[in-house]
Amino acid sequence: MTFKYKNVYINETALVTGPYEKKGPLESYFDKSYSDLYFGGNTWEGAESKLIEESVNILLSKLNKTKFDIDVHVSGDLLNQLVSSNYASSRLGIPYLGVYNACATSVEGLIVGANMVEAKQVKNCVVSVSSHNNAAEKQFRYPVEYGGPKPKTTTFTTTGGASCYLSYNKTGIKIESSTIGKVVDMGIKDAYHMGAVMAPAACETLYEHLKETKRKVDYYDLILTGDLGVYGKEIFKEYLKDEYNIEIKNYDDTGTMIYDLNKQPVYAGGSGPACAPLVTFGYIFNQMKKNKLNKVLLIATGALLSTTMVNEKYSIPAIAHAISLEVIE
Amino acid sequence: MEKSKYNEIVKKHTPKEDRLFNAMISFLTGGIMGVIGEILLHVYSYYFDIPTTEASTFMIVTLIFIGCLFTCFGFFDKWVGFAKAGLFVPITGFAHAMMSAALDFRKEGFVTGIGASMLKLSGSVIIFGVVSAYAFGLVRLIIFGG
Repeated sequence: MTFKYKNVYINETALVTGPYEKKGPLESYFDKSYSDLYFGGNTWEGAESKLIEESVNILLSKLNKTKFDIDVHVSGDLLNQLVSSNYASSRLGIPYLGVYNACATSVEGLIVGANMVEAKQVKNCVVSVSSHNNAAEKQFRYPVEYGGPKPKTTTFTTTGGASCYLSYNKTGIKIESSTIGKVVDMGIKDAYHMGAVMAPAACETLYEHLKETKRKVDYYDLILTGDLGVYGKEIFKEYLKDEYNIEIKNYDDTGTMIYDLNKQPVYAGGSGPACAPLVTFGYIFNQMKKNKLNKVLLIATGALLSTTMVNEKYSIPAIAHAISLEVIE
Repeated sequence: MEKSKYNEIVKKHTPKEDRLFNAMISFLTGGIMGVIGEILLHVYSYYFDIPTTEASTFMIVTLIFIGCLFTCFGFFDKWVGFAKAGLFVPITGFAHAMMSAALDFRKEGFVTGIGASMLKLSGSVIIFGVVSAYAFGLVRLIIFGG
């Protein structure tokens, strides 16, 4: 399912991160970085909701607007019942839609927001996502201080909050089209190999997007997946070639870009809903504004993981949504 | 594409874990743990005049205490990450698993947090430890008469 947009623009973005991202190569593109994981609060869950609240507040101050100027806030995260988004929204007081597609939430939110702006149902929309390493570890894996050995294919959940402001004012980056993906399940049951879980979903969405827009893969200057990690990236390329006969060169993965993979102990790279927007809204938008990149396709991939279902021996389904971003001519 | 064929692609791009290296590290660190335990045992029985059977209890309690303390200081997880089975198979691992879960859930309250979730990881060790002790005890009783 592909939508085309005539008049939707990402006017402004705001990025807040934790300490690990601060030590990574993209530090200069973030608006604010904390050096601990509590951000002055008591709990990790509270800290994660602060990431969303703070990124929205920074966004509003950059735009010189108040919360009363915002028509709708679309937000999502990884925690059960979307607590980070819900608690941030209870403090923000903006009409709110909570969305969940694991690490594909960012693009899901952008599609929901862009469709409302395009249909002129709203004047503007703020889209947010967050993830927090310790909160995610606590919920999905082992206790944080346990630190047991993990396989090399494990990804490291990014700590960050990303917000962006969508409207039909022609500034910033244009949202040109988007494709809603299907849930794909290739029978992978390994919760420590998310790249393998998500790669087929990313291929499927890319193929559908190219088919429905009648484009070739080299139409884009860069195709980004977020976030398959080092090994998922290779699986993506090979599966894309074998199954859809598409050779891809202009390709990268946000999970491998946000950290210094040689120096930081992040295994196969970054993950989490915040990973793709932290890289895209910061570094990639910067490159686009400098005209080094003109057309970028962001495919956010989410492993729809439930620890209960994995324990009950079900395989892990995955989803990917794509959004085409262009420099305004 | 068939799931089995996809599995082959996944397998091809999945790195091998360094099993031999990990086993060596675990063997060495686990051995060092054994040596430390033995030293403690001797210290307790020679210098404090504690009978050897009781000294072993003292030794275990000491190691559990140190495991818990180091977990709370926040660096034991890095040691476990390095030493792997060398640290989490001995008694220190049990203490560490319990304490790290307690640390994670301490903000959720004494009863609903620490009490309910402290044995999240180590609960299985207790349950299957008791079950296997019972099973092996029974085998010993039947074969060797106790």
